Amino acid sequence: MSKYTEDDLREELKTKEYEYGFYTDIESDKFPNGVNEDIVRAISKKKNEPEWMTEWRLEAFRVWEKMEEPEWANVHYKKPNFQDISYYSAPKKKPKLNSLDEVDPEMLATFEKLGISLLEQKRLANVAIDIVMDSVSVATTFKETLAEKGIIFMPISEAIQEHPELVRKYIGSVVPTTDNFYAALNSAVFSDGSFCYIPKGVRCPMELSTYFRINESGTGQFERTLVVADKGSYVSYLEGCTAPQRDENQLHAAVVELIALDDAEIKYSTVQNWFPGDAEGKGGVFNFVTKRGLCETNAKISWTQVETGSAVTWKYPSCILKGNNSVGEFYSIAVTNNFQQADTGTKMIHLGKNTKSTIISKGISAGKSQNSYRGLVQIGSRAENARNFSQCDSLLMGNECGAHTFPYIETKNKSAQIEHEATTSKIGEDQLFYCNQRGIDTEKAIALIVNGFSKEVLNKLPMEFAVEAQKLLEISLEGSVG
Amino acid sequence: MLKIENLHAQIEDKSILKGLNLEVKAGEIHAIMGPNGAGKSTLASVIAGKEEYEMTAGSMELNGEDISELAPEERAHAGVFLSFQYPVEIPGVTVTNFVKTSINESRKAQGLEDMPAKEMLQKIREKSELLEIDRKFLSRSLNEGFSGGEKKRNEIFQMAMLEPKLAILDETDSGLDIDALRIVSNGVNKLKSKDNAVIVITHYQRLLNYITPDFVHVLHDGKIVKTGDASLALELEAKGYDWIKEEVNG
Repeated sequence: MSKYTEDDLREELKTKEYEYGFYTDIESDKFPNGVNEDIVRAISKKKNEPEWMTEWRLEAFRVWEKMEEPEWANVHYKKPNFQDISYYSAPKKKPKLNSLDEVDPEMLATFEKLGISLLEQKRLANVAIDIVMDSVSVATTFKETLAEKGIIFMPISEAIQEHPELVRKYIGSVVPTTDNFYAALNSAVFSDGSFCYIPKGVRCPMELSTYFRINESGTGQFERTLVVADKGSYVSYLEGCTAPQRDENQLHAAVVELIALDDAEIKYSTVQNWFPGDAEGKGGVFNFVTKRGLCETNAKISWTQVETGSAVTWKYPSCILKGNNSVGEFYSIAVTNNFQQADTGTKMIHLGKNTKSTIISKGISAGKSQNSYRGLVQIGSRAENARNFSQCDSLLMGNECGAHTFPYIETKNKSAQIEHEATTSKIGEDQLFYCNQRGIDTEKAIALIVNGFSKEVLNKLPMEFAVEAQKLLEISLEGSVG
Repeated sequence: MLKIENLHAQIEDKSILKGLNLEVKAGEIHAIMGPNGAGKSTLASVIAGKEEYEMTAGSMELNGEDISELAPEERAHAGVFLSFQYPVEIPGVTVTNFVKTSINESRKAQGLEDMPAKEMLQKIREKSELLEIDRKFLSRSLNEGFSGGEKKRNEIFQMAMLEPKLAILDETDSGLDIDALRIVSNGVNKLKSKDNAVIVITHYQRLLNYITPDFVHVLHDGKIVKTGDASLALELEAKGYDWIKEEVNG
């Protein structure tokens, strides 16, 4: 029969090239490999940082040196040699641009390939983009519109120069330099990232967006993002990633800190599509990220993530619900295929009274991948009437992948109400035949089923992101049924 | 429309259809009856192209074209529709979204653009009225938490939307109460035209009170052993299947 069989599908999937696997040839200013105090100082100097920042980095470095790489996650990989990584890489032709015409044409071509042409983006309006290409921001748009409202949205390196008091007050306040191995390393060597401040009572009129990209062979990326929403303000922040194909593993250890002051709300959405490695599990990005938000009284933080890329993902966007009546949300879709491994989830730390948290996690595993949800719901002794609802659903494709759930619950207050629901399902032959019979081929059927499965989370994404995310899910899983 | 000759089919080396002949012309309604295990549902699956079933001999043509080598979705594009005995659930995918995808995939296969949203909505409205389907029903996840009757009505709704050339109704009457049976049958009758054909697979005569067949075939041990008009169904209802078995064996 000429039927498109599972084997054909599997074969096609293996040969499916990473869609964004290309490399832009832009001259880079690169440090020698390795990290020590001199390198940390050099990075700080390169950035023309004030003394306090240099000291902060050095402190982090000294802590990091004594730390061990964590091994508790349900992932297995060859540990990176941290002395074999270049800790600074910036495009040499760093332009100060007034218009797009001044942007390096090669860089524009890269954006075109990614489907995020600035021209397009500018016309689309409503999305201000701070593009990070190899650690240094090269273009910032819509700054003026934002400035009118007093909103600060700029590369963190610039913010350190222009708003040192804000950066100094908040950096490391949610993720301290001592927090964990990767966060400490990031604190020591971060090259750039984004800074965002929304003043009191201001509702940010547009979605703020940052596109990260790894672009230099053997260069790790250590992004640092700091978002501060002052009292009664609101901001929706979008982060999207895609990386070019590389043979050796690339390390990505970002830190994102969110601070929502009284009555403020932050929505932070991520679509992560780093190179996942090839069909044999070779190459791919190691994504070891620390993301955490702090909620003061009546504040709310929502994390929404669509994780389709990376060879190894280690990521737990968390909320510290410090203020009374504060709300934390975590909506996640994690897709793993081939040899990908993901250990992702969240921590909801309830400290204040009447705090509420919601966790919706959708794990989709295909190929020989391993997909783990790891979550902690912690209710402190003073957190009267804290409530949590968690739902963890796993969808399996084929017989060689794994789905795991590690929910931890710790409560020190008897008034807490905690609910946890979990399901595991498999895409069945019967479902596929039913779709086929209605004229829908197997590939499209899988996309349909997966999108249905992920719907509750996709619905939480801003419109323009939801479409992109849906496409990503399709690309990531094309023909992965077994 | 459909021409099946000397059809042999098996599943996991178990032979089920053993030389079946069937010819269905445009404008006709055929009923296939028979005792449990005769091969009725297998016949439906084999026509639709379910992979587990292997066709070992014979031929199967739709409008003069051999469809035996086609994938299930290609047969669907060619106009074959199967109303499932046990429709599957697809959580998170609404009835509307599923039907829309289904229609547009078939259009794509024919080199057509997606159906314009307005036309789609109009058609959905029209067909859901025909089958007395509540609009709220259309935004529910496909078959998830549906009652037996809702599932079957949903199958016929999809048939109405897709307008197939050949519709096979596999035990569509099972799980239907008398009102639902009337609505579903009514729908099928209204959708019937001189250009399409329907095969009704049923164990009981009940459905045939509403959908009057031009031919009634009795399937026994993988073959059609008796063919008659609508009165044959009544005879079967009154006398059961044993006399047929005896007639065949004797």
